Amino acid sequence: MSNQGKMDCGRRRLVVATAAVGGAGAVAALVPFVSSLLPSERAKAAGAPVEVDISKLEAGQMMTVEWRGKPVWVINRTKEMLDSLPKLDDQMADPKSAKDLQPPYAQNETRSIKKDIMVVVGICTHLGCSPSSKFKRGAEEGMPADWLGGFLCPCHGSTFDFAGRVFKAKPAPTNLEVPPHVYLADTRILIGEDKKGA
Amino acid sequence: MAGGTYEKYKSDGSIGGNVLEWVDARFPATSMWRGHLSEYYAPKNFNFWYFFGSLAMLVLVIQIVTGIFLTMHYKPDAALNANGVPIAFASVEYIMRDVPGGWLIRYMHSTGASAFFIVVYLHMFRGLIYGSYRKPRELTWLFGVGIFLVLMGEAFFGYLLPWGQMSYWGAQVIVNLFGAIPVIGNDLSILIRGDFVVGDATLNRFFSFHVIAFPLILLGLVAAHILALHETGSNNPDGIEIKANKDENGIPRDGIPFHPYYSVKDIVGVVVFLMVFSAVLFWAPEGAGMFLETPNFYPADPLKTPPHIAPVWYFTPYYSILRAVVWNFFGLDAKFWGVVAMGASVVIFAFLPWLDRSPVKSIRYRGPITKVMITLFVICFFILGYLGTQSPSPMGELVSQICTVFYFGFFLAMPWWSRMDKFKPVPERVTMK
Amino acid sequence: MKKFLIALLFAPVLALAAGGNVHLDKWPGSVSDKAALQNGAKLFVNYCLNCHGASYMRYQNLKDLGLTEQQVKDNLMFASDKIGGLMAVAARSDEQKQWFGATPPDLTIIARARGELGNAGAGADWLYTYLRTFYQDNKRPTGWNNVAFEAVGMPHILWELQGTQVMNHETHKLELAVPGKMSPAEYDKAISDLVGFMVWMGEPQQEFRRKLGFGVLAFLFVLFLLAYALKKNYWKDIH
Repeated sequence: MSNQGKMDCGRRRLVVATAAVGGAGAVAALVPFVSSLLPSERAKAAGAPVEVDISKLEAGQMMTVEWRGKPVWVINRTKEMLDSLPKLDDQMADPKSAKDLQPPYAQNETRSIKKDIMVVVGICTHLGCSPSSKFKRGAEEGMPADWLGGFLCPCHGSTFDFAGRVFKAKPAPTNLEVPPHVYLADTRILIGEDKKGA
Repeated sequence: MAGGTYEKYKSDGSIGGNVLEWVDARFPATSMWRGHLSEYYAPKNFNFWYFFGSLAMLVLVIQIVTGIFLTMHYKPDAALNANGVPIAFASVEYIMRDVPGGWLIRYMHSTGASAFFIVVYLHMFRGLIYGSYRKPRELTWLFGVGIFLVLMGEAFFGYLLPWGQMSYWGAQVIVNLFGAIPVIGNDLSILIRGDFVVGDATLNRFFSFHVIAFPLILLGLVAAHILALHETGSNNPDGIEIKANKDENGIPRDGIPFHPYYSVKDIVGVVVFLMVFSAVLFWAPEGAGMFLETPNFYPADPLKTPPHIAPVWYFTPYYSILRAVVWNFFGLDAKFWGVVAMGASVVIFAFLPWLDRSPVKSIRYRGPITKVMITLFVICFFILGYLGTQSPSPMGELVSQICTVFYFGFFLAMPWWSRMDKFKPVPERVTMK
Repeated sequence: MKKFLIALLFAPVLALAAGGNVHLDKWPGSVSDKAALQNGAKLFVNYCLNCHGASYMRYQNLKDLGLTEQQVKDNLMFASDKIGGLMAVAARSDEQKQWFGATPPDLTIIARARGELGNAGAGADWLYTYLRTFYQDNKRPTGWNNVAFEAVGMPHILWELQGTQVMNHETHKLELAVPGKMSPAEYDKAISDLVGFMVWMGEPQQEFRRKLGFGVLAFLFVLFLLAYALKKNYWKDIH
C-alpha cells in the first residue's frame, strides 16, 4: 500500500490500541440500533397473555381466543373424545409428542394440564391455514367412515386428533403447537404465560 | 493523482493477495485506493478549518443510518388515532418511549440535523477565506452550492415529519410563499402540497422526498463534489497551487499522501466532534429550544396558529432576508420580491468564483478591505440569523434591511473591492502557520 | 395571503393570552425524588386522568418510579385497564369540547411543550405557577380564572385541596378567601410533586440519558488521547 516499509513498534502499538478502543466504541454504538429491532413495548403489550373464562364452556364445545394474532382453541373434551386418543396412537406421526411443540407439562397422553380441557394453537403446522373442526365421528361431515373426530385442514388435507396430534403421511410435519398457559383458577386460564407475573 | 493510471495489483501469494488481484483485474479497487487515499497528495499545511469536510461526510452517514432506523417505526399519517392525536406525532413519541433505544436514535437524528448545518457553514466559511472556490476549483464549489441547496430542502422536508405545531405552520408559511410567484403561484402551491392546505398528502410526499429522493441526490452531489476536488487537488490556507512545484517523481513537494496522514488527523477531528455532539445529545438534546423547538411538542393543529412561528435556527438568516423586503415593485407583491431575495441570497454563492477578482486566493495575503468585508459579512449573517428568531418589529425590520443590503453588496460589489484591495506577495512554498 | 402574514405580525398578542409575560414561580422539585414522583403519579391519576389523556405513556412504565406491578395495579389503575395499556382518557373529546370550549390537551409531554427558548426548566415553572394561581371569577363560565393562563377553559379541579383564592384588584395579588383541606405549604408541596411527575412523564428516561452521557464522554476522552497520540506519531514524519 504505502511505500513506507514496516511500521515501527510504537506506531503499531498505537494503531492497535486506537483501533481496539475505537472498535469497542463502535460495537457499543451498535447496541441502540440493534435493540430498536427488538419487539417494542407496544408489540409486547399487544402480545401480552390473554385470560380466558371457561366456566360456560360445555362438554364437547370449543371456543377460540386470539393470542399474538393467532387463534387459540380451548376445547372441553368429552369422554368419547378422550377415549379416541389411545386408539389413534399408531396412526400418528408423533404419538408421544417427542418433538418440541408443547411445554413440558403438556407432554403427555392428552397434551394438556387438565385431561378434559385442551388448549392448542389453531394453526396448521404445514403452511399456516387454520384447520376446520370435524368433531362428529364417521362420514357425517365428509370424513372417511373410520373417522373418530378431530380437525381437517382445508388447504392441503392434513388431519389432527383431539389432542392436536398430526396423522401420518400428511403434509403437516408436526403436531399442533400447545402454547404456554396456566390455570389462574379452575375456570380461568391465562394463555401466553407459564407462571403468574413471569 | 486522480485521473492517472495505476498498475494492477500483483498478489504476494497469500489468499488475501490472490483475492485482491482477482478483484483488481475486474474493478478499479487499488486504483481508487491510490488515487483518492494513499497517493492523493494533499497540501501539508491543512489547519483547523480543514476538518469540516470529513465531518460533513460523517454527519451525512449518521443521518442516513439513524434515518433508516427511524423509518422502521415512524408513520407519515396525519389522521387522528383513537386518542385524538395525529398518528405521525404519536409515532415519534412511540419511538421515544416504546422502541428500545429509540430515544437515542431520535436524538442522534435531531442533533445531527443541527450539527450538519454548523459543520457545513464552517466548511463554506473555509472556502470563503482561502479562496477554495477559485479557478480551477469552480466546479467543486458549484457542486457544493448544489449540496447546500439540497440540504436545505432535505431539512425542510424532514422538519414536517414530526407533525408538531412548528412543523405544520412552518411548512404552511413556506409553501404559501410559492403562491407569491405571479401567474403560476397558486397552482404551484397546490401542486407542492397535493391539497389546498398542508395536510396528509403533503406529509406523505415530503416523507418520500426526505427519506429517498433528496438523500439520493445528496449522495450523487457529494460524490461529484469529491471527484471534482480530487481532479484538481485541494487548496490550502496559503492559496498556493502545490502542483506547481513537483519533485523528480512528479510528487508535489508540499504534498503528503492523504492516507495515512490526513486519515489519522481526521480521526482526531471526528473524536472531538463526537465529544461535542455527545455532550449536546446526552445533556441538552433540545439545544435550549434551538434544536428541538418547544412548540413542536404540541401536535399540529390546523385551526390554531402558534403565537410565534420561526424557522429552525439554520434557516433564520434567509428568513430575515425574506421578511426584510417590504416594498412592492413593478406591480408585484413585496412577498414575491422577498422570495426572490431569499432565493438569490443562497444562489449568489454560486457566482463567487467569477465575482472575486483579486490576484490572490487566500485571506492571508489579502489586504484590509477583504478582511473588513468578510468580517462584516459574517457579523451580518449572525445578526440576520438572530433577527430571524424574533417576532417582526420596526427596529428589527430596519436592521435586517441594512444587513440584507450589505449581504448582497458584499457579493455584487466584490469585482471592485477585491480588485482595489492591496495584497502581499504569495510565497512559493506553503507555510506551516 | 398578505393578510395572513400581517396577522402573524400581531400574533405576539396571542402569546400574552397564554401568559407569555407572567412572572413564573420556580418549580422547587427534582426529577430524582422518587417518593415525590410517586405522590405526583397518584395525584395525576386521581385528578387529571379523568379529562386529560397521557396517551403516550404506558401504565407499566410507572414501575420505573420504584413501584411493583402490583402496586401500580392497586393504586394507579382503573380495574378495566391492562398494565401494558396506554394511559388514555375515558372521556370523549367531542363532548369535552362542548363542555369546556376546547379539548383538554394530552399531558404526556406538556412539561416540554410549555418550555421556553433558552430556558430548559420553564415548562415546569409554568405548570407549577398555573396549578397554584386559579382564582374565583364570576365572569367566566366555569367561575374560575387563572393568572398564568388568562381565560382558561379548565375549572380549578384541585379547589378542595387548595381552597378558594380571589384576586385583590388593588394589589393585583391573589388572596386565600376560603382555606382548603391542605395548608398553602402542603398544597405547594403536592403541586410540586404533581409537576415533578409531569416533568418525569415528559421524558421518563432522562436520568438514564444524563448518566449515560458521562460514560460516553469519558470513553470518548480516552479515545481522544489515543487518537491524538497516534496522529502525533505519524506527523513526526512531516516537517
